[in-house]
Amino acid sequence: MAVGPQVLEAAGARSAGRLSRLREWWEQEEVFGYGLILPALALLVSLVAFPFGMAIYFSLSDYWVGSPGSFVGLANYREILSNETFRQTVRNSFVFTAVALTLKIVLGVWLAVLLARPVRFKRLIRGAILLPFVIPTALSTLGWQWMFDSLYSVVNWTAIHLGLISPPGPNWLGQATYAMIAVIVVNVWRGLPFFAITTLAGLVAVPREYYEAAEVDGASSWSRFWLVTLPLLKPVLAVVILFSTIFTFADFNIVYILTRGGPMNTTHLFATLAYQVGLNGGNLGQGSAIALFIFPLLGAVVFFQLRYIRKD
Amino acid sequence: MVGSLGRRAKLRSAAFTYLNLAPYIFFALFPFYFMFVTSFKSNAELYNLKSAPFWIQSGVITDHYAYLFRKTEFLTWMGNSLLISVVATGVSIVLSILAGYSLSRLRFRGAGSFGTAVFVTYLVPPTLLFLPLSQVVSWMGLSDTIYALMITYPTFLVPFCTWLLMGYFRTVPREVEECALVDGATRTQTLVRIVLPMAVPGIICALLFSFTLCWNEFTYALTFVSQSANKTAVVGVTADLIRGDIYYWGSLMAGAVLASVPVVIVYVLFLDYYVSGLTAGAVKG
Repeated sequence: MAVGPQVLEAAGARSAGRLSRLREWWEQEEVFGYGLILPALALLVSLVAFPFGMAIYFSLSDYWVGSPGSFVGLANYREILSNETFRQTVRNSFVFTAVALTLKIVLGVWLAVLLARPVRFKRLIRGAILLPFVIPTALSTLGWQWMFDSLYSVVNWTAIHLGLISPPGPNWLGQATYAMIAVIVVNVWRGLPFFAITTLAGLVAVPREYYEAAEVDGASSWSRFWLVTLPLLKPVLAVVILFSTIFTFADFNIVYILTRGGPMNTTHLFATLAYQVGLNGGNLGQGSAIALFIFPLLGAVVFFQLRYIRKD
Repeated sequence: MVGSLGRRAKLRSAAFTYLNLAPYIFFALFPFYFMFVTSFKSNAELYNLKSAPFWIQSGVITDHYAYLFRKTEFLTWMGNSLLISVVATGVSIVLSILAGYSLSRLRFRGAGSFGTAVFVTYLVPPTLLFLPLSQVVSWMGLSDTIYALMITYPTFLVPFCTWLLMGYFRTVPREVEECALVDGATRTQTLVRIVLPMAVPGIICALLFSFTLCWNEFTYALTFVSQSANKTAVVGVTADLIRGDIYYWGSLMAGAVLASVPVVIVYVLFLDYYVSGLTAGAVKG
């Protein structure tokens, strides 16, 4: 190593000059800036943007696994839209997203308010509340599947023994309405912590003076919540709701494991139907077209997020 | 008098809080408790309609765990998960540090739109892209290998980590950086020696989230890999422990419990980072 500089010098000033010119070039803010984002950009272009373009092309072609097909225009979309299973999936997706999201908002805000109150074992309680968000969803959903078992359901066992229902109780995953309820319950269970903890962060940031002022004015705790807390939480809630909308709408794990979209397609979402048609069925063209129906909602969410961020 | 009244009000308010929190905590934890209990029950007890399902009456057994190790490829799946998570996390963190620093600190044309692009890809759910990605993976000759997951996981890790780290890099005072540059440090030296040490909490956060996201990932792992020996723990347990149409709940729950252990350990050790990352990633926006 000690020989290094001398060797360099011996090699002549020309290459050293080139090296320092290169270094100078690299030191420019613009060059350095582009240089650093290049690797990430290459990854995102080749494995996100390019596949997205492919998804659009697939959806417009007669493409099956192993046999690249020809361009067929909007045929896939026409076929899908007239398909009863797909229409059922559209209905399911909206019911699922609307109900799950509403429950997460209401229960999540209430949980955040509770967590913001002075309690002992604060860390422990928060740790416990966040757990469903941390454990692999696919595995905890497996636990729920066992809890909703057609014969040995612990939910039914408890309800029967409390005298709430008569035996044998509902077949949770085998009956249309109950299956939808089960899927929503698991989604709420898993998404609630995210809602609560992020809302809590917004809640903690509300200056105390606001509450004190409201208290002096004689506002009840309910009107304090309604008139002071909620309006101040609006920016945080807006972001969390938009986030949650897209990820609830695009859910795959819970439905795939609990019901595979059944019974009779009554719990299929776009992602699970796309999986069934595109991978199990091998019809990549139609599968991609189905998955792309997630996109309009994603576009709307992105639009609102960006407007909101720009405003910030 | 005022004091005792105040104390009573305080007590009532505390009771109110705990009473309302209790159902939430029960709802959050019961499934885990139930999975845990199930994994130690004998089959005779599991499938006995008369026995109370909440606790173990006929003795704790470890057969379901023994079955995992002796008769399945559970250890291979765990190894795969670990390897994939470590590699994908490592690659993603490096790319995200570079991109995050550049986008939050350096002034160049287009920086703003690149930032927006990163944010938009952060919102793209994996379920939108798994079909074309499965083709890309097969064109690269990586179908049915763990490398398929190593190269596709960064697609959702990099946008997330870049976004998270940008927030942390912005908190490093500009003056410190400028001083280093004036003193003759190169830009690379400034980044490595001055900025990175100050962003360590953010980097830990990003590492933590990346590892958890990799370990928990399901859609890609299910789609791109079909050979049992190349599966991740999450997919192996959910897919390969079901033989035919029969669910062996004891071993399924044992697998689910064990495959969650690494994530739980990381979570317990770094709870505070987890909470701060969650709120920074989502809320700072």
